[in-house]
Amino acid sequence: MKMRARYNGSENKIKLKEWLFRMVLTAAGVTIVLLLGGIFFSLFVKALPAIKHNGFYFIRGSVWNPQSGRYGIFSFIVGTLLTSFIALIISVPSALAISVLLSEYLPGYRNGRFFISFLKNATDLLAGVPSVIYGFWGLVFVTPVIRYFEELLHLPVYGVSILAASVVLAIMILPYMASISREVIALVPAELKEASYALGATRYETVGGVVLRYSASGIVASIVLALGRAMGETMAVTMLVGNSNRLPANILRFILGPGNTMASVIANEFAEATNSVYLSSLTEIGLFLFIISLILNGIGKWTVRRFAL
Amino acid sequence: MKKGLAYGQNRIGRRLLGTLMVFLLVMLGSPVFARGSKEHRIRGEELLGAGATFPYPLYSRMFHEYGRLRGVKVNYQAIGSGGGIRQLLSKTVDFGATDAFMNNAEGILHIPTCLGAVVVTYNLPFAKELTARRLRLSPEVISDIFLGKIRKWGDPKISKLNPGVSLPNMDITVVHRSDGSGTTFIFSDYLFKTSEEWREKIGKGKSLNWPVGVGGKGNPGVAGLVKQIRGAVGYVELVYAVQNNMPYAAIRNRNGKFVVPSLNTVSLAADIDIPGDTRVSITDTSAKEGYPISSFTWIIFYREQHYSNRSIERAKELLSLLWWMVHDGQRYTKALGYAKLPEAAVRRAEAIINSAVYDGKPIEFGR
Amino acid sequence: MKTCVFERHISNDARITGGLLKGWRLIKDRGFAYLLFSLSFLGILPLLLIVGYVLVKGISCINFDFLFSLPVPVGEMGGGIANAIVGSVVLVFIASLFSIPVGILGGLYLNERRSSKLASWVGLSVEVLQGVPSIVIGIVIWMWVVLQMGHFSALAGGVALGVMMLPTVVKSTEETVRLVPESIREGVLALGIPYYKLVLRVLLPMSKGGILTGVLLGVARVAGETAPLLFTAFGNPYFSLSIVKPIASLPLVIFNYATSPYEEWHRMAWGASLILIVFVLVLNLSARFFVSENSLKKVFLSGEKSEGGE
Repeated sequence: MKMRARYNGSENKIKLKEWLFRMVLTAAGVTIVLLLGGIFFSLFVKALPAIKHNGFYFIRGSVWNPQSGRYGIFSFIVGTLLTSFIALIISVPSALAISVLLSEYLPGYRNGRFFISFLKNATDLLAGVPSVIYGFWGLVFVTPVIRYFEELLHLPVYGVSILAASVVLAIMILPYMASISREVIALVPAELKEASYALGATRYETVGGVVLRYSASGIVASIVLALGRAMGETMAVTMLVGNSNRLPANILRFILGPGNTMASVIANEFAEATNSVYLSSLTEIGLFLFIISLILNGIGKWTVRRFAL
Repeated sequence: MKKGLAYGQNRIGRRLLGTLMVFLLVMLGSPVFARGSKEHRIRGEELLGAGATFPYPLYSRMFHEYGRLRGVKVNYQAIGSGGGIRQLLSKTVDFGATDAFMNNAEGILHIPTCLGAVVVTYNLPFAKELTARRLRLSPEVISDIFLGKIRKWGDPKISKLNPGVSLPNMDITVVHRSDGSGTTFIFSDYLFKTSEEWREKIGKGKSLNWPVGVGGKGNPGVAGLVKQIRGAVGYVELVYAVQNNMPYAAIRNRNGKFVVPSLNTVSLAADIDIPGDTRVSITDTSAKEGYPISSFTWIIFYREQHYSNRSIERAKELLSLLWWMVHDGQRYTKALGYAKLPEAAVRRAEAIINSAVYDGKPIEFGR
Repeated sequence: MKTCVFERHISNDARITGGLLKGWRLIKDRGFAYLLFSLSFLGILPLLLIVGYVLVKGISCINFDFLFSLPVPVGEMGGGIANAIVGSVVLVFIASLFSIPVGILGGLYLNERRSSKLASWVGLSVEVLQGVPSIVIGIVIWMWVVLQMGHFSALAGGVALGVMMLPTVVKSTEETVRLVPESIREGVLALGIPYYKLVLRVLLPMSKGGILTGVLLGVARVAGETAPLLFTAFGNPYFSLSIVKPIASLPLVIFNYATSPYEEWHRMAWGASLILIVFVLVLNLSARFFVSENSLKKVFLSGEKSEGGE
């Protein structure tokens, strides 16, 4: 493929630049892996005393008592999974709707360009609201609504609950999915869409059968990113989740009642923890979040491989 | 195609380069603007402190005034008592601040700087009628409420303490702190001393395994939840309750008197024998008129001030600051809602400050 | 409206398959469109509520004093957040310096070496990194940077924020570059143009919209993070530009003021939040201006990413 006539002499220089460039890319990749490895290692080392102390109780036990030295995070694990997944379920439809709207529908309207710009900036702006503000806002707008429902269903009235945290989390992760999905959807080749319309498909059928299928991997990537964000969010969640370690058997009660998440516990108690096993156990929670992320990512990849193009 | 690309690239490149250059200029010029960056300068030394959130408003006021008076900048950040202790142990700060004194304090000195109190606040529909005579509680009742044993406001144990007031039979919703805090420590320390059941089941500490209730983040979190949930009860710092017009209970102290928390009763609570190292808990105080859930808050620093390249000037600046805080600095306490140190505590603090050494020798500092 | 075009096509269809099929497909299409519009509206509504709320609560605070003076303690009049605004800018700048190059290069690496072992590790690392709570990153950077340096610094804070930004930049780079059609790649290589030129002169400009989105998203997030700064940048009540000293930042100030007992400080927390949101908005718009080929006016109005030179 090389055109010898043009690159005679400078061939070696080009080869060098090529090689250098590839090295730089690889170096970047290695840096990222080292970064994560380093974080894992540091966490592991700091969590070791707790791992020895807590054993498996850490995962199955639900009593978290720094005073007596018992550290069980089962209720936090459940809380984290519930809040993250409910948040995903709430926000994925909206995020996808916004992305599809931006690239498939709005361009056709007369004032579409204004709305496109507005919607783009609006979703990106959502990402810029500090988590503390989300927390306060949730306390003012979301918890009273939930309290209303708790009263209606004759449940103990708190307001702060798994559901409150999930709703606000959903709003927080929306920008991640919406922004990346819209970029990916916009890059679907026009020929494919035009071919679909030429065959007589409706816009609905084109979007469903062509656009979304083609950008599936990008969309799933954005969902995974958003899920990661949801699991790691601390400030807003801790203001809204109720911070209670109980585990009611009834799922509805659980969602409409206070709970706790792993990230929230770390954030709440790290600043004040002085006892070394306590600190170590908090670090162990961080480590565990790591591992859960790994597992969820693995599941995500497997799903994509099975169902995507 | 190529031509358009090249042009576009250049534009980005030029714009980026421009911004980058402006920034570099600013950064490189910053040592000129940033003052107090040299370790060995006496004027313009910058001291670092970290720790408790409770005294943060007071300290920020004190340090601002001190900066104006002596030209020494003090940077205090409220990252929590545990954070303060950790940073001091890591030697990244000059002093730490904590609401709970350290148990194992090898080589670390404590001096009290002011007093605070924890009050029990509630959300009851008739609370306004009670302002003349507040809701009265006893340590046993408080313990039972927060343990979940008393679940309704109509419970006879509560009405017994409040004759003449008709309490509705509402559910009690307990609100506690979700984050580790000195406030929780003081509150649980009090219940630890006064209730055997609490001592066994819960203990005392900055983070507890609460059997009932929801957690709010920080004093505002608890206050906010109590305000929103009818029938709620929670505990917050006195300063906070006063600044936000929240109702709070009068609590029966060791001498059987129902004491209303105020700056006065909190100062009185400290009117007892204070040990030489000032590490004492004054909850459940023996002082006759003292409010039973009061506490000192401390500043901690190393006795041996020569560690990791610390200059003697820096040590002198620190000691001058601490001396000022327990003397002239006390005049800022009342206006901000904090109780000042009683004379006995000031004497102890003086002795402790004087006991700091540099390479084993006492330090001559400006008072 | 566009659907008229479809009707013409569909009516051809209907002659073959019957009228009912045409109606049903049309209903689905219309219904879907309405669904999309309502879901989108639902998604944007919270933003309007939040921004509106912050605006209402914070606007009373904004004046010249607030923006340009240093904080004063409680009880004194005036006081502002000038140092926090500058501090946030500095921190975001350091974070970008670290995460944009590594992020873009990492994303490119993932694209070009998709099948190699290292690539799958990189992909995994990025995704797990996104899920690490901000406070954990703060703690780790505290161990690595602050303890090594012996004191808090803006550098440590910037690095912590940079680490948090990284996954977003990498992922969006990867996903947008991947979607450049093979035909273009093959065409460029067929012309004998070396690989690195392909990347720098063709792939990157074509995906700059997507990459920029990732960067802005990352910046927006870290601009509002408190937890990672608590043990790294630490905070500073005075003005400071030095990267080796503690530095103030908007989210720290917001957090401190909001959790204080004083009404005055609460108001300032809302004011600072408003400033932060405006800061992010300005950053968004100006970054799009930098990267686009259009004039300022067009950027504001069109919002479309510029053609990368097809």
